[in-house]
Amino acid sequence: MYYIDLAVTGISFGCMYAMMSVGLTLVYGLLRILHVAHAAVFALGAYATVLAANATGSITLGFAAALIVTPLFGMAIYRLLYEPLLDYRPDVPMIASVGLLVLMQDAFRIVFGEQGVTFRQNALSFTTFDIAGVTVSAVQIAIVVTAAIIFLGLHLFTTRTRIGVGWRATVSKPRIAASFGIDPIKVRYLNFAIGSALAAVAGGLVALLDNLVDPGIGFVVSYKALAIIVLGGLGSVRGTLIASLVLGLVESYGTIFIGTWLDRDAIAFLALIILLMIRPQGFIGARTA
Amino acid sequence: MSAYTISIVSIIGINVILAVSLNMISGFCGQISLGHGAFFGAGAYAAALTMVKIANVPLALLAALVAGGLFGIIVGFASLRVRSDFLAVTTIGVNFLFVGFVRKQSWLGGEMGISGIPPTGLGASGNMILILALACATVAFSLYVSRSWMGFAFRAVGEDEQAATTLGIAAGAYKLAAFGIGTALAGLAGGLYTFFTQFITVDAFDFIFSVMLMAMVVIGGIGSTWGVVAAAIGLTLLPEAIRFVNDYRLLVFGGMLVLVIRLAPGGLAGLVRGSFVHARQS
Repeated sequence: MYYIDLAVTGISFGCMYAMMSVGLTLVYGLLRILHVAHAAVFALGAYATVLAANATGSITLGFAAALIVTPLFGMAIYRLLYEPLLDYRPDVPMIASVGLLVLMQDAFRIVFGEQGVTFRQNALSFTTFDIAGVTVSAVQIAIVVTAAIIFLGLHLFTTRTRIGVGWRATVSKPRIAASFGIDPIKVRYLNFAIGSALAAVAGGLVALLDNLVDPGIGFVVSYKALAIIVLGGLGSVRGTLIASLVLGLVESYGTIFIGTWLDRDAIAFLALIILLMIRPQGFIGARTA
Repeated sequence: MSAYTISIVSIIGINVILAVSLNMISGFCGQISLGHGAFFGAGAYAAALTMVKIANVPLALLAALVAGGLFGIIVGFASLRVRSDFLAVTTIGVNFLFVGFVRKQSWLGGEMGISGIPPTGLGASGNMILILALACATVAFSLYVSRSWMGFAFRAVGEDEQAATTLGIAAGAYKLAAFGIGTALAGLAGGLYTFFTQFITVDAFDFIFSVMLMAMVVIGGIGSTWGVVAAAIGLTLLPEAIRFVNDYRLLVFGGMLVLVIRLAPGGLAGLVRGSFVHARQS
């Protein structure tokens, strides 16, 4: 049963990584920028959720607040930070992005305190179910279900609606899409808005899972997300989803097999470095690195 | 000199070596490394182990240099396979791996680090003079490399790798050389840091420290030795000079990184060069 427990943990973490990483890989696909500050969006989503939930007493309203604040923040990052830097080498906006993450993280610490914020009422965190001897927490189920709904919705959106098709077209062939009358600037805003909303949901769910939001919440996850999108072949959503689940499981089992000589948080990068040496273009990506 | 001044000057010297050596990799050769702290750490641990075992200062420095450089050349091989963004992520990964690995190794002191490292016997001011001498040597070496054929080849590879290869420059060999030299110097700085503190934990070599080093390089003006030296001195003194900055250190560093890239992507060096051009024109 222990192994099944690990699988449950691994899958729920994998779903969380997926929600976090898809926004990142979409930004890379569209703009060729490593959007490191995505972790700040994730943390902002977590803070917005916990603060609004504590203020209103409703976790649903907490998530609603996060879904309003973070897309605006994501679009502001694009407008104010990345757009003016698009003509420079790709590492220039990336370093600016690292700077923004460090700044935001310290700002969260200063404004909301080192200790972090906990939910005042969070029955969900302590609810567990016993399914055939395997203990599953309500939040873990929520993470998996939310991720499934979100990715199904995203799939339908990008295949069945005009806006979604235009979005995909712009990501794969920006010039040709523009010649068909799709406004690439609008697509970028859409991209940042949706990616940020996904990260915010992931942030809120992690906050529920830990029942705590502290300034470092986005930090390790963000670098794992970087590893994941590279593993998935930068810009590929399908690759990112696979890599997220694989990493969730590898980490989960890795802690018992190699946890004695390596930190859990370093496993992602071990996997990353091994894979990059064998396949520099990632799991799926066809583009040369 | 008071003990406080001595320690500040020592830290400045160490940071100058680190920033200038990172500038050789990222500035001269264009290989963005966000894991310089790992090589600094490798050097520090090598020196610490050597000092604890045989307490020999020159050997400890040599061990630090070799440990940093060897580790760097291994990572440099990654730069042959992956480029730009991928390389940046890989070096971030190397930093996390280094910290995650050391933390679990009992022979490296694990979480507790290595304490009780024997003193060098030079005293605090002797250490400071050693650090300053090596910092000056590093700056002189960087200026020399910048003007040499190797510096030209580094820049060519950094600007456009394919064009450089067409000109008959062995891009791979020069990238490895840049990594080897830069990280060996970072290792050396690590050795000096060990002498200075006589107590090391792995937290001193984390990713945030690597970002601070990159901030020094970018704020100084990527590729400019003097700009980077000025930024390393300035950014080390800033938290000391302004007390409130110390509490908000990361806020200030992050903010400066964003503002400098946004407003003056050439950094300090770019601003100085720009004002000269203006002065000449007016």
